[in-house]
Amino acid sequence: MKERLEALRKEALEQLQGVADAAVLNDLRVQYLGKKGQLTEILRGMGSLSAEERPVIGQVGNDVRAAIEAVIAEKQEGFDRAATAHRLQAETIDVTLPGKAVSMGSVHPLTKVTQEIEDIFIGMGYTVAEGPEVETDFFNFEALNLPKNHPARDMQDSFYITDEILLRTQTSPVQIRTMKAMNGKTPVKVICPGRVYRRDDDDATHSFMFHQIEGLVIGPNIRMSDLKGTLLQFVQEMYGPQMQIRLRPSFFPFTEPSAEVDVTCAQCGGSGCRMCKHTGWIEILGCGMVHPKVLEHGGYDPAEVTGFAFGMGVERIALLKYGIDDIRHFYANDTKFLSQFAKM
Amino acid sequence: MNVSYRWLSDYIDLSGIAAQELAEMMTRGGIEIDSVPSRNAGVSGVVVGYVKTREKHPDADKLSVCTIDAGTGEDLQIVCGAANIGADMKVPVAMVGAKLPGGLDIKRAKLRGVESQGMICSARELGINDKLLPKEQQEGILILPADTEIGRDILDVLALNDSILELDLTPNRSDCLSMLGVAYEVAALTGRPLNLPEPKKDIYPTSDRTSDHVRVTISAKEHCSLYAARYIKGVKIAPAPQWIQNRLIAAGVRPINNIVDITNYVMLEYGQPLHAFDAAKVAEGRIDVRLAQPGEVLVTLDDQERKLEPQMLVIADAEKAIALAGVMGGANSEVSSETTDIILESAKFDGGTVRRTSRQLGLRSEASARFEKEVDPARVRDALDRAAGLIARYAEGLVTEGVVEADVSVQQPVNVEISLDRINGMLGTELSKLEIKTIFSRLNFPAEVNGDGVWNVSIPSRRGDITRDVDLIEEVARLHGYDEIPTTLIEGATTAGALTKPQAIRRELRSVLTGAGLHETICYSVTSVQRTTLYKELSGETKPIPLAMPMSEERSVLRTNLIPSLLDAAAYNLSRKNNELALFEIGNVYLSDEEVLTRLPQEKPRLSLLLSGNRRSASWNRSAEPVDFYDAKGVLEKLFERLGLSGIIAYAAAQPAGFHPGRTATITIHTERGEETIGYVGQLHPELQRDFDLPDTYVAELELASIYEYADRRIEYRTLPRYPAMERDIAVVVDRGVAGGALTAAIVASAGELLESVKVFDVYTGERIGNDKKSVALALVYRHGERTLTDEEVTETHARVLTQLEQSFGAELRK
Repeated sequence: MKERLEALRKEALEQLQGVADAAVLNDLRVQYLGKKGQLTEILRGMGSLSAEERPVIGQVGNDVRAAIEAVIAEKQEGFDRAATAHRLQAETIDVTLPGKAVSMGSVHPLTKVTQEIEDIFIGMGYTVAEGPEVETDFFNFEALNLPKNHPARDMQDSFYITDEILLRTQTSPVQIRTMKAMNGKTPVKVICPGRVYRRDDDDATHSFMFHQIEGLVIGPNIRMSDLKGTLLQFVQEMYGPQMQIRLRPSFFPFTEPSAEVDVTCAQCGGSGCRMCKHTGWIEILGCGMVHPKVLEHGGYDPAEVTGFAFGMGVERIALLKYGIDDIRHFYANDTKFLSQFAKM
Repeated sequence: MNVSYRWLSDYIDLSGIAAQELAEMMTRGGIEIDSVPSRNAGVSGVVVGYVKTREKHPDADKLSVCTIDAGTGEDLQIVCGAANIGADMKVPVAMVGAKLPGGLDIKRAKLRGVESQGMICSARELGINDKLLPKEQQEGILILPADTEIGRDILDVLALNDSILELDLTPNRSDCLSMLGVAYEVAALTGRPLNLPEPKKDIYPTSDRTSDHVRVTISAKEHCSLYAARYIKGVKIAPAPQWIQNRLIAAGVRPINNIVDITNYVMLEYGQPLHAFDAAKVAEGRIDVRLAQPGEVLVTLDDQERKLEPQMLVIADAEKAIALAGVMGGANSEVSSETTDIILESAKFDGGTVRRTSRQLGLRSEASARFEKEVDPARVRDALDRAAGLIARYAEGLVTEGVVEADVSVQQPVNVEISLDRINGMLGTELSKLEIKTIFSRLNFPAEVNGDGVWNVSIPSRRGDITRDVDLIEEVARLHGYDEIPTTLIEGATTAGALTKPQAIRRELRSVLTGAGLHETICYSVTSVQRTTLYKELSGETKPIPLAMPMSEERSVLRTNLIPSLLDAAAYNLSRKNNELALFEIGNVYLSDEEVLTRLPQEKPRLSLLLSGNRRSASWNRSAEPVDFYDAKGVLEKLFERLGLSGIIAYAAAQPAGFHPGRTATITIHTERGEETIGYVGQLHPELQRDFDLPDTYVAELELASIYEYADRRIEYRTLPRYPAMERDIAVVVDRGVAGGALTAAIVASAGELLESVKVFDVYTGERIGNDKKSVALALVYRHGERTLTDEEVTETHARVLTQLEQSFGAELRK
């Protein structure tokens, strides 16, 4: 019996050696190890063996079964691997084709710039104040030290609705509204963004409607040096730590002293180029110490408090920041333009 | 104001400071210089030549052959094409080797067979702005005065070796609308002394008195505080001397004749406009400053007939208006070639009066620009004397004795007190007493300091812009140098910055909408009347608010709705082949219940959105899908969910104007105030789609005030479910008119607490169920928070739901 078992092992292993197909492998497994297989059949003759022989032969039988099973398992694993590899091969796709588009909207570039500026000042402890776009002559002009017939009103020809009501020409009236709402309390630290309107013929650099951001700080001991420090901090956060500012004396009816502020030209870094007309500087905002008359209109005593104010055109900042060539793009709302600002 | 560098050096030594350097210094000091063009546009080798003879060219009708003495000792033969060339003239001659603007080199040449040794030049060929020259001088060559020295360099003759400082003045610095004002400014910046003209220098009065010839009164005293006149006899009208003309041209003023040119010259020098009347045309030698009479007309010097309004100020003689005070003279008293005697006017007219008149008539002049900003009363007489002296000298006039004046108001000296502490406290500087003293002295402001360190500064009338301490602080700051002010941080308690709730929500709206693929637009707040009529329900009860003086009909009223702005933006995009549109805007509408505003209108913040074309375009693995109503609604639902408002928002079919009547919903918000309509979402009405040439387009407009108010940013955490849910799907057949929203609402109401969610997952219409029916398939999820549900209780609840649907809607369970 032992010989028969060894012969079976030999025969089975030889046969299995050449198998190249999972179905044939299964047939052989049934043929040798199945319930009616050859191994079973041989072992069925165990009953005629002596008690001493039985365990020995049993052991041999188990060895033979284990050896055949091991080879079958090894073969099967090889076939499975090949089948998987085949399936994966068949599933291959062209990964260079484009993905399914997920639509992406965009915040308007003027909003983007406004929010950026708001965030810088919020970080510096400012709140954001807003006021009406349709204003009274008093808030828009008179309270800002621009009485009727003041020559400086020439600078900003306005859209009047009645003699006393107009589309605001600047965000500065929000200064007065903020001061009045504060009821004499200090400190005041606000910025005021919004739409403003002036009678200008639209061209590449002018728009009858545009946006400003105004800033106002009032306290018991606010100095012009604080204004310089504040603007320098703003400019460096907005454009980078290498940027510098330069103040030039100027005139606004609502501030005294007044200044125009230039920043280092971002294009050339200050060495001079076409963009900055070879000066190395770009004008970006106007500012000054709040005029005593404006403080009085806002309910403050100019002997007790001082303040500074600044204002900038959002369009101008955006034009410079993105290198946009024509202010009218901001209002045409061409999606080819808008979608360029979808980036973070 | 255009300032000639050479002219300016009459009043202050500019040696060592080039024009460009001066411009930079002035700009940094607060007088902005736009540019510093050279008057020499590239001319060299051009001299004064004398035309000895002029012959016609033998072979060309339009050419002349001239013999020229250019001071070289040898006559030149030059061919010239100008019609105005003639013998016995002085002209600019570009010699062989000369250079002209535009890179033109003059060479020996033959013109139609005749040799030409140079070129006779026109003003334009010399790079001079010939718009300022008389017409005959523009069309031909430039003819120079007969007394011009032969051979002299044309750059000297025409004062082209000069640069112009183009001042861009702020309104407060009208003192620099004069050469003297600019000289004072440069003195303050450089600390150099001034060399001012002596006004009376050339006046040698006659024995008769001015008052024998002229009588002046001011009837309109509020509009004119000072009027001074001189009388000059026997003037010879002729061109002004070349140097005066050169300076006028440099300043951009057209030379006319010696009298007019001298008044303009003195205006530029002193900033005080002057006017010369032909005395023969002033009835009775009477000058009255009065308001115009009703119906009065005046033909001004530009030959325009002006209808005068009663608040306009005029100069009148005994019979009629002869000038518009401070704006322009009248043709009826104009100085002409026949004029012999003149009345010279120098006055201080009220700035506001001149400004109003000049605006009303649309007539601006160099004079009105100066009066508007208030001239310096201290210069009224000086300018008059200066002009009279120049007229005596250059027009052979005889100046009569004395000045006739009216209503000389007393000039109140302006004194301003300021302390060292105030200056340093305001600027954040540490300036010393001595530094301040130096600055005041460079400004030529007399100042005295008392023991407490308080300065008393007397402000000269030429600086009318300085009236209080902060004005002086600015003078100190700018002359000390803004760069010298230190950079500090605000002292005192720190403050916390933050956005308000509406501001934060506005950012949230943008984040949701851009995340949903929409592009933010910014549209104009003004629009046409027609656009405001498109959406009645969105536009309020009253008419749109009109601008008093709109620039165009398209921008004549404030908008009362937002959707039309997006329709215009969509049409614009489609015309540029941007076909897939997803746009939104956050902006205000302006509503008032008043016909004529007496108080500010309501500015209501709103959101609008527009979807048009495909939700997504066709791709290699996906076909195009056009947007529909539910895309627009889906965006809004996402928005309300983000703002914590889903539970209090409802939609119902509606037919507002401008929308497709079968594809539009009102949006309502339900709060403790009750139900409030906050907007609409729907398809654009097909007629509007046609008018704007748009494909199927979906729009929405929402009022934001309630959204700002009720948006709930709190997050209420609920524990995750621990017990399993049971799902039951049903399909019911109902009449087509039954709203899906009503079905789900009834299910929620009848199912009670066990129902976790209900969702429509299919809607079917078709012949199989009858044309007036629809089948709605719903997925119901039941769950109990504390235990596992039994089959029986779910079945019981579910049966209740079905009964309710049957009773309320006649719903049949579809098998």
